[in-house]
Amino acid sequence: MSQFLQQIVNGLSLGSIYALIALGYTMVYGIIRLINFAHGDIYMVGAFVGYFAFRAGLPLPLVFFLAMVVPALFGLTIEFFAYRPLRKRNAPRIAALITAIGMSLFLENLGILLFSPDPRPFPRVFTNEPIHFAGGVTISIPQILTLAFTSVLMISLTLFIRFTKTGKAMRAVSQDAEAAQLMGVNIDRIISITFVIGSALAGAAGVMVGILIPRIEPLMGIMPGLKAFVAAVIGGIGVIPGAMLGGMLMGMAETLVTAFISSTWRDAIAFGLLIVILLIKPSGIFGSSSRTKV
Amino acid sequence: MRKGEIVTLIGANGAGKSTILKTISGLLQPREGKVFLEGEEISALAPHQIVARGISQVPEGRRVFPELSVLENLVLGAYQRKGKEHLNELERVFELFPRLKERKNQPAGTLSGGEQQMLAIGRGLMARPRLLLLDEPSMGLAPLLVKEIFAIIREINAAGTTILLVEQNAHMALSIAQSGYVLETGEIVLSGSAAELVRNEEVRKAYLGL
Ligand SMILES: Nc1ncnc2c1ncn2[C@@H]1O[C@H](COP(=O)(O)OP(=O)(O)O)[C@@H](O)[C@H]1O
Ligand SMILES: [Mg+2]
Repeated sequence: MSQFLQQIVNGLSLGSIYALIALGYTMVYGIIRLINFAHGDIYMVGAFVGYFAFRAGLPLPLVFFLAMVVPALFGLTIEFFAYRPLRKRNAPRIAALITAIGMSLFLENLGILLFSPDPRPFPRVFTNEPIHFAGGVTISIPQILTLAFTSVLMISLTLFIRFTKTGKAMRAVSQDAEAAQLMGVNIDRIISITFVIGSALAGAAGVMVGILIPRIEPLMGIMPGLKAFVAAVIGGIGVIPGAMLGGMLMGMAETLVTAFISSTWRDAIAFGLLIVILLIKPSGIFGSSSRTKV
Repeated sequence: MRKGEIVTLIGANGAGKSTILKTISGLLQPREGKVFLEGEEISALAPHQIVARGISQVPEGRRVFPELSVLENLVLGAYQRKGKEHLNELERVFELFPRLKERKNQPAGTLSGGEQQMLAIGRGLMARPRLLLLDEPSMGLAPLLVKEIFAIIREINAAGTTILLVEQNAHMALSIAQSGYVLETGEIVLSGSAAELVRNEEVRKAYLGL
């Protein structure tokens, strides 16, 4: 039992990472119907910014701040120079998708060029001493930090989307972009904001993973990016709570399979489970079949 | 178009009426020709800049945001207005459409077709436009409801908003408009005062079924 509870905790902290990345996929998809394949690499950018910020001896809040702002600027720039010109020319969706894959390869190879392909240890910022809870469950400080900060980010995002003017405009754009423009919404501005928020969340996840694992490399975004994308689809692509839930389920499935079955089966079973969910509900857990929403 | 009037644009399905409205609103760029608002050329402006100049469109098929509440839909209509400026307009819209007030917290997608049309018009008014573009507000509505909507269009106009009313229901449209244009396959083929158009032989045959 305590073993099970322990794995739940582990699953939630891994799930936080997937959920934070999945949010960027789902928000961008909700707004412009693009699967931004460069998003996993934005998370890698966040991890590297965090790495250098810690090495420079900056305090934790400032590290997170930088590791969110720099990826946000990357996201903003990629959208502006790579995706926007295609949109303005009404390019087919496949062109945007190929461009996204191109941006992903660009970021990965830029990382290899600048930082070498070798993994490097993330600075140890916290003691490894876990905190013991009743029932034999232990939680490490990086795990607590991950869970707490992820909760803060998710709650802030939810409130932002629900109550601010910009959040309402984002929901409107995802439901009917043309009608939103007729209301006077500047759609380019909303798209920029979406990329900024999504990329900042991925950047935060990058630092968290550095603290949790703790090892980073330029290609580290590929697998988590893929899994987070699948998580977003599971939750219902375009739906924010769906990305949160999908990410958590993904992390949980992976952790439980590793703990109780075998780590070789980890990805196969995790993905298999997700296929089953999609067979039952093709539009994802929170997805509506007719429409996608933020 | 003259200020203060209701002008109607009538034409069969596919004549290009919605295309004209989308071009005015900046959703489409004109391939040729220009759009002017009180002497200022607005052809190349983005949709949000057109709204800022006082032109609102109530699009064909209502296009309310189905998962936003009625109130959120209305507030979005006033997207470019600062602070609490829009609250007066909200009062006015609720006076025009009391049913929207009763349902203000309901998702717009759960409203009936007539209520959605009211919401779409109310949402268009929230920007306090100088010129309101209405694209087939009678589409798919029962005759009684059409009457109600048209009475409200007249009321909105009487309060000082210029209206460009696109309709297939030429009879209703000409009954409230001061002047009109007839559109066929993308070309204006006739124009004149509403009274002239109602008397016109071709209009009577083709659009009024007389
Ligand atoms: N001036 C025009 N020249 C060429 N094609 C046009 C023109 N106006 C409209 N169309 C085309 O005609 C079709 C129907 O136009 P639409 O505006 O939806 O018609 P309506 O609203 O009158 O039913 C659209 O596919 C549009 O692209
Ligand atoms: Mg039309």
